[in-house]
Amino acid sequence: MTQGYTRQQMADRIAARFQDGWIVNLGVGIPTLCSNTDISPRHVIYHSENGVIGYGPVAVAGAEDLDLVNAGGQNVTLLAGAAVVHHADSFAIIRGGRIDVTVMGAYEVSAGGDFANWKLAGAKGGGIGGAMDLAACAQRVFIIMEHVTRAGAPRLVERCALPVTARGVVRLVATDLGLFEPLGEAFRIVELAPGIGRDAVAAATGTALLD
Amino acid sequence: MTDKLCPDFAAAVADIPDGATIGFAGFGMPGTPFNLIAALAEHRARDLTLVANTTGGAQLPRMPDIGMLVERGKVRKVICAFTAATRASDVLPFTKYYETGEVAAELVPQGTLAERLRAAGAGIPAFYTPTGVGTELAEGRETRVIDGREYLLEYALKLDYAFLRARRADETGNLQFHRSQRNFNPVMATAARTALVEVEDPILPAGAMDPDAVHLPGIYIHRMVRVPPPPAGLWPQKRQERAPR
Repeated sequence: MTQGYTRQQMADRIAARFQDGWIVNLGVGIPTLCSNTDISPRHVIYHSENGVIGYGPVAVAGAEDLDLVNAGGQNVTLLAGAAVVHHADSFAIIRGGRIDVTVMGAYEVSAGGDFANWKLAGAKGGGIGGAMDLAACAQRVFIIMEHVTRAGAPRLVERCALPVTARGVVRLVATDLGLFEPLGEAFRIVELAPGIGRDAVAAATGTALLD
Repeated sequence: MTDKLCPDFAAAVADIPDGATIGFAGFGMPGTPFNLIAALAEHRARDLTLVANTTGGAQLPRMPDIGMLVERGKVRKVICAFTAATRASDVLPFTKYYETGEVAAELVPQGTLAERLRAAGAGIPAFYTPTGVGTELAEGRETRVIDGREYLLEYALKLDYAFLRARRADETGNLQFHRSQRNFNPVMATAARTALVEVEDPILPAGAMDPDAVHLPGIYIHRMVRVPPPPAGLWPQKRQERAPR
């Protein structure tokens, strides 16, 4: 696609909102790319569900510690000042409200701030992982996803059709078409991606938009 | 002092009966007791209930996992945070057994799973959590509003056996984990009546481990087995990237 944000640019737009000192949890997939963004002079601390606090870049080939992974299973490194805790303590950090922002992928986000990312239509099972804990308890939930499905159906919707992960928690959504804020009855357009017009966004969105 | 060291993995799992509930530590490769799982696959016990973060098989190379035990017809039920992969396009070996109803599953948010295990080990029968409120997991279940926020009641999850993996142990069973190997190991151990650990480094004599640096005290550990060097012993592998679809 020549217009709109790339995957890295979506992550960059989200990472640009990180404030100095935040504790940040990144979900698998596009959210992981937020850690590539240069946000200096600000510093954030990355937390992953398996109890790693203060991980750094992915390890270079040949220098991996196979006992050190992030939530996506990548062999990462530790930054100076890192700490490791066990799983119950890691989720005490989450439920205790210490995570300033969680960035996750989603299938759908509603104007009311509900989102769905653990179970597909008609599936018997799903993959919850840590998403429900993070969604319910982080200070902010930011979502990164493509604006429409592969079939072209809107992912920004009036009401989620898929089983939700949490209700009323999403603060900000980055898509390939722009940044959007759920306001209850509609999404506010925070910014449009370069080359993207409001009409194109409205046509690809399943609910009302505000400027 | 009772000798906790077992000669091999088969001996460590030999008394596990039909119908046992067994918890497996591990998050990705780190901290996963591959050798004990492989021994359980060869053991006769059936009708097992297995508790773990995932059913395995989402990452390559594939290592001994719950899916393998399911394929051998040993499993009645799985309690885990994933019955399908994070990427919808990845199909887990376990998923088809679940979807056809051959194996039951209870899908639990990861933090709730960890806390249910922690609670079991801490003498707490149940607790309220905000996780899952407003979702289909909460349908028909007890909730309570405390200080204006709604919470879901969750029960402690007790285990008959826990399978662990640690970098270091002393002969009393005091354990140290390396990096993210720690993950579910401590809560699986404390939730279990009997905890089995596979240990990577040579077993230290009592007194050789600084008491301030013990991650899990040996009072929770009942059986230890040294992991032999590869290929006899199973060790974490570097992840292989899947071919793009």
